Amino acid sequence: MPANSIFGVFAKSPIKPIQMHIDKVAACSELLVSFFQASAKPDWVEAEKIRKEISNLEKQADELKRELRLTLPRGLFMPIDRSDLIELVNRQDKIANTAKDIAGRLYGRKLQIPNEIYADFITYVQRCVDAVQQACKAINELDELLETGFKGREVDIVTLMIEELESIEDDTDSLQIRLRRDFLAVEQHYNPVDVMFIYQILEWVGQLADHSELIGTQLELILARS
Amino acid sequence: MDILATYGETLVIFAAFVGFLMAWGIGANDVANAMGTSVGSKALTIKQAIIIAMIFEFAGAYLAGGEVTSTIRKGIIDATFYVEQPELLVFGMTAALLAAGTWLIIASYYGWPVSTTHSIVGAIVGFSAVGVGMDSVTWSKVLGIVGSWVVTPLISGIIAYLIFMSSQKLIFNTRDPIKNAKRYVPIYMFLAGFMLALVTIIKGLKHVGLHFSIGEAFLLAILAGIVVAVIGKIFVNRVKIDPQADKAMHFANVEKIFAVLMIVTACAMAFAHGSNDVANAIGPLAAVVSIVGHDGEIVAKSELAWWILPLGGVGIILGLAIFGKRVMATIGTGITHLTPSRGFAAELAAASTVVIASGTGLPISTTQTLVGAVLGVGMARGIAALNLGVIRNIVISWVVTLPIGAGLSIIFFYMLKAIFS
Repeated sequence: MPANSIFGVFAKSPIKPIQMHIDKVAACSELLVSFFQASAKPDWVEAEKIRKEISNLEKQADELKRELRLTLPRGLFMPIDRSDLIELVNRQDKIANTAKDIAGRLYGRKLQIPNEIYADFITYVQRCVDAVQQACKAINELDELLETGFKGREVDIVTLMIEELESIEDDTDSLQIRLRRDFLAVEQHYNPVDVMFIYQILEWVGQLADHSELIGTQLELILARS
Repeated sequence: MDILATYGETLVIFAAFVGFLMAWGIGANDVANAMGTSVGSKALTIKQAIIIAMIFEFAGAYLAGGEVTSTIRKGIIDATFYVEQPELLVFGMTAALLAAGTWLIIASYYGWPVSTTHSIVGAIVGFSAVGVGMDSVTWSKVLGIVGSWVVTPLISGIIAYLIFMSSQKLIFNTRDPIKNAKRYVPIYMFLAGFMLALVTIIKGLKHVGLHFSIGEAFLLAILAGIVVAVIGKIFVNRVKIDPQADKAMHFANVEKIFAVLMIVTACAMAFAHGSNDVANAIGPLAAVVSIVGHDGEIVAKSELAWWILPLGGVGIILGLAIFGKRVMATIGTGITHLTPSRGFAAELAAASTVVIASGTGLPISTTQTLVGAVLGVGMARGIAALNLGVIRNIVISWVVTLPIGAGLSIIFFYMLKAIFS
């Protein structure tokens, strides 16, 4: 005798899965710092271990994304628009993909970051990872936002977090400009193909922060619709 | 007339048996809907919920179930059409009980969320309109009842929306939610206690032999509300604030305070459910007993036999005790994101609406009122995700139940007629 119950009305909340997803994404991009450190030594055995871990976390994030999409069928009545949520997860997912691509590209070519810019480069990576973590922090406020019906003080808190995220992204932009300028000065000493790829890595690392900022914008949009 | 003289006792026993089964079915199935919110939000364990439901379902049925019982018994059909052949009314009411009970069992088997109220009202209208004549149904009253099925979820939704918004404003969106929760939660408890006490005192205590004027009733209700609030306050103060819990979720401790409030609203919900839904089982039985008891005379103003309300109440709590646990266990796993602060708003709104309906004698669906309330909280952006498809199914089963209840009751009516005459 199945329950003659109204509780089918309550659908699975998408908030927890979204938070789990960004936690995975953040863990994945965080590994990049130690990956670059290992590759600079160069300790390619260690680097490969970390690359595998990054790729593994990316896979888990993909799995979570798929699960999340399954919990979001049409016909759900939610405080956040369905398409907004899906866009949020897509943006989150891009971070994990980028992290995987960076590690893969670097390891595949056994590419090393030139000594002249190494110190600044690690700062740059760290700052981009900071942006991801800031986005993660903001997403982890979603359950508090739900508790307060997406209004009031909690919105202010999250808005502040997004502002902070934007300023981190600005930081990474100026760091990237400086790195490009410094590298331009020494690039003729390196293999031209490597140089091309190093510019690409610089860009990709920057994308970690860019995508994080886009998560912030999406969150702002969600809050603005309240 | 002869039929009643010969078979009167058999008919009463049979109707009592079917009515008891029906009450049992309501207890086993329907109560889970009323209590599930509390269990789902982990404010109560299944065992606690069942104990609360047993006490308050019975109290609601006994103290405030009289008005709706009287509507079911004699409000829907025009008794003047049965003066010549009272046995038809006896058969009809028994048939209606059988029909509603059968439909409840079928629907439970398939897991359809049907309403016992809708099936019994459909069944009574069915046998009377087809078995006796279209004019024998008090259509104005039926329209009023059906209209109330649309209006009550709406009203309870609006109340839930307002209650939820007020709790947001007074508690969640403030600098110190824990302090404000401790301050305002007892006020919500007062409201719950006041509503219940008011309806009980005005409508329920009459047949216990106590009479109060409206002014006295209000005073007593306020007093009852204060008592509830004070007891609640003591428990609220005993809630252990765990700063560690707030690290994961800023409102974890506030929710703990709301969990205490949910115990009060769960009592209110059980009481409201008992007061409205017991009538579905015993209203028809009361009609049968009254006719047979007066030797076939249909008495316009007859007292409810003393044993009928308790019979319904006992039926409900037995159903609850035997099957309710299983039904509730399936619920607890279903709800993922219903916190006490949301559950309380839905329950308080639904309980108030149902209790007021019970006071005015309107047989409404507790389940749909609760769904309306849940939607109200959803409108206030309080619930992570609601399944609109399920809500659509509930509305469909609501529409389908009326003709099916009517059809079954017509079949049973002719069967009973054939057997006894």
